[in-house]
Amino acid sequence: MKGGWLKIYALAYLLFLYAPIALLPVFAFNDGTIIAFPLRGFTLEWFAELGRIEALHGAVLNSLVIAVSTAVLATVLGICAARSAARYDYPGKRGVMGFIMLPLVLPEIIVAVSLLVVLLQLGLSLGAWSVILGHVLICTPFSIAILNSAFQNLDRSLEEAAVDLGETPWSTFRLITLPLVMPGIISSLLISFTISLDEFIIAFFLTGAEPTLPVYLWGQLRFPQKIPVVMALGTILVALSILLLTTAEYFRRRGVARAGGKDTGGFL
Amino acid sequence: MRLAQKIGRMRRTDAASGILLVSPTALYAILLLAAPLATIFAFSFWTQDYLTIDRSWTLANYRTAISEPIYGQLMLRSLWISGAVTASTVVLAFPIAYFVSFHVPPARKSLWIFLITIPFWTSYLIRVFLWKVILGYNGVLNSTLLGLGIIDAPLTFILYNANAVVITLAHAFAPFAILPIFVALEKIDRALLEASRDLGETRVTTFLRVTLPLAMPGVVAAVLIVFIPTIGDYVTPRLVGGPDGLMIANMIQTQFLQLNNAPMGATLAVLAMFIVTLVALIFVGLNRRFLRRQQ
Amino acid sequence: MTRPIIQLQDVQKYFGDYHALRGINAEIAEGEFFSLLGPSGCGKTTLLRVIAGFEDVSAGRVLIDGKPMEGVPANRRPTNMVFQSYAIFPHLSVAGNVGFGLRRAGLTADEMGRRVDEALEMVGLAGFGRRAAHALSGGQRQRVALARALILKPRVLLLDEPLSALDKKLREQMQVELIKLQRQVGITFILVTHDQEEALVMSDRIAVMFDGEIAQMDDPEILYRRPKSRRVADFIGVMNFLPAEVLSETGDRIEIEVAGLGRAEISADQAPRGGGGQAPSVGFRPETLTILYEGQQANHREARAVVEEVVYYGDMTYYDVRLQGTEKPVRLSMRNVFGREVLPIGTETRIAWSPGALVLFR
Repeated sequence: MKGGWLKIYALAYLLFLYAPIALLPVFAFNDGTIIAFPLRGFTLEWFAELGRIEALHGAVLNSLVIAVSTAVLATVLGICAARSAARYDYPGKRGVMGFIMLPLVLPEIIVAVSLLVVLLQLGLSLGAWSVILGHVLICTPFSIAILNSAFQNLDRSLEEAAVDLGETPWSTFRLITLPLVMPGIISSLLISFTISLDEFIIAFFLTGAEPTLPVYLWGQLRFPQKIPVVMALGTILVALSILLLTTAEYFRRRGVARAGGKDTGGFL
Repeated sequence: MRLAQKIGRMRRTDAASGILLVSPTALYAILLLAAPLATIFAFSFWTQDYLTIDRSWTLANYRTAISEPIYGQLMLRSLWISGAVTASTVVLAFPIAYFVSFHVPPARKSLWIFLITIPFWTSYLIRVFLWKVILGYNGVLNSTLLGLGIIDAPLTFILYNANAVVITLAHAFAPFAILPIFVALEKIDRALLEASRDLGETRVTTFLRVTLPLAMPGVVAAVLIVFIPTIGDYVTPRLVGGPDGLMIANMIQTQFLQLNNAPMGATLAVLAMFIVTLVALIFVGLNRRFLRRQQ
Repeated sequence: MTRPIIQLQDVQKYFGDYHALRGINAEIAEGEFFSLLGPSGCGKTTLLRVIAGFEDVSAGRVLIDGKPMEGVPANRRPTNMVFQSYAIFPHLSVAGNVGFGLRRAGLTADEMGRRVDEALEMVGLAGFGRRAAHALSGGQRQRVALARALILKPRVLLLDEPLSALDKKLREQMQVELIKLQRQVGITFILVTHDQEEALVMSDRIAVMFDGEIAQMDDPEILYRRPKSRRVADFIGVMNFLPAEVLSETGDRIEIEVAGLGRAEISADQAPRGGGGQAPSVGFRPETLTILYEGQQANHREARAVVEEVVYYGDMTYYDVRLQGTEKPVRLSMRNVFGREVLPIGTETRIAWSPGALVLFR
């Protein structure tokens, strides 16, 4: 009976965590405009309608451009910082790293308004680029957290061995370091992509005339008759997120196994 | 010449390579985080008259923020809601972290952690909106309970008020609370628990005298990591809070985007950050004292 | 001594304020099996990394094959290293690891395959080329690391505690294999180890290091029989110490009085210089004392003692015996010959000793 009650509690907790998400597909396929039980019948109408909304397509495209750019930029910045933190010691390292990681706990609205004020003061017009700036800021800490373990698990003598066998520092990075941390890099790209695709507040403040997907969704939530379509869209988004995360987790674990480390589980 | 030599030597040292490598990221954070935060701080001492910003330094905004009851009220409510969310999240999360760390076989731990984290990564907006669907007057919960004949009239205390905000946020931030506690529990050497049992403690007293104090850093991290961001949450109060569930972030947004009063918004943002930092520091200080007394 | 392949000239190394190497001078000959022996923190690994090019010197010079190595990075030095962790690239196969350094040699795929196979055969891993690196045992990883370093035909092979991760049996087996391998390839080996037995077994010459300095550099036998200081004597094997007094010194001969043993005459080479300031004492190894059983006669000198402790090892027995008139017992070791009983504690016995086995520290 060891941990019996705890296990029941844990399962109930998982149910609580997943209950809202589980409702998504239920109502996305439900043939009724009101979101309530009992269900009416099965329909694909809401999914079909997604294909007919032009504004949605623009938002999706916009979000994809932003998410891809964010993922690449945040991961590059993450590689620099994580490598530097894992490998070198310099005065003020804790302070610098702490500051870079700050957006992890800073309320997003603070990041959003402060960036907004600066951009407006500089007389710049908002657009996808300003959302990217904000998203890179909040994604970089996550990227660092993921890459940190990848770089820290890397035995330094592996790189020394490559240099000892005749490789230059750069070719060592290419032949040894990069392949060994590649799973971490892929994982970081996917996570940053997911965060950016989902992020609302910063996009809400910094997006220009073209909304991102979450900002578009936000606008639709006001209209009750649009809600089944939102549910359908949500179903697709959640499915996509889970797919991306599972892939990211797969690569992260492979990275841990490759570096010969012990898996401590989870991102962060 | 001497300088060139110095730089040449610097380039070879570890410290210099480290600083060089971290500088793109650090520079980015300075330009896009430090500078904007400083700007906001400056803004909070300026005033705005319709579209022009008056750059003379004044404490007028702070005076308004303190004298107008609406701001204080919103701030207090935000603190209260965040506190409630933090307390319930951490208390509910601890047993889960404990279960995964102590009762799940090592090979399956990362699967559990993965399952716990997944909901956190799926569209925040939609998750919050789903709670509105669940808790609403004609929502899933009410229609189910009515259909089953458990209640005769829809429950109204669960939507468009602070309760709804607490439930929704507690759900959204669950993984944030579980992970740090889990990490702290994982670090505990299991031999310590056996040693405690060997020295005559029961399961319960071992938990209180060994496990809990050692898990405390994780709990503190969980509290901070939930408390700080929730106080600035905008979406949840807006969607499920109703007029009585609005929080300070909603007011900040209103000042910036609707009332076009950026300086007032900046003042509220600065005040919110200041209060959050203060509360966090007090909490960390109290916890440190508590742990020291335990020793 | 043949031509030196490595010359270390007053090598100094600072890490910040920490003085890790305090003026190392040594010459290592072509084809020599040379060991750096010392406790952890003595600077032996730092010295190895200085030779490899992973650390630059703060002062002094390192010459390899007569060429100064200042400014020559590790990848351009004619040295290769076997790392303590072996540093087997986990994402490459065994062949990928062994052939790693050949990438720049411009070989055809066939030629490269042949060289890799040769190297694997040399370390007893023929046919392992296609295995994944992470599927290897500790001993196999060590062999892969060896093959990977030797395939480049370095002038010097550097080994950083290569056997410390292996269990005792495997370690002893690998010691013998390494000696054979070194004779076969004829390359200079420099081994870092904290295990004095390992150093004695394997090396042509050993440098014992303490606190960033070489305390003594000699071949194993001299190091064991004629340690230059009590500290070296203590670090290598077991040595007994008894208080002593110098009575007279005439030319090559020194007359001493040793507590519990009496007067003895020793030669000047039994009294190394530079012990520095401590009260004179005499040291001797446990195996230079012998218990005399009834009817046996000492070849040289005899003393009386009481058995205070007996430690039975199977092939050997260690006795702690107290010589007459001394405060602390000394240890002696006896081979357990068939038919000879182990003496019980408290036995009064006669001990045979020889003045030639004494070392005077003063």
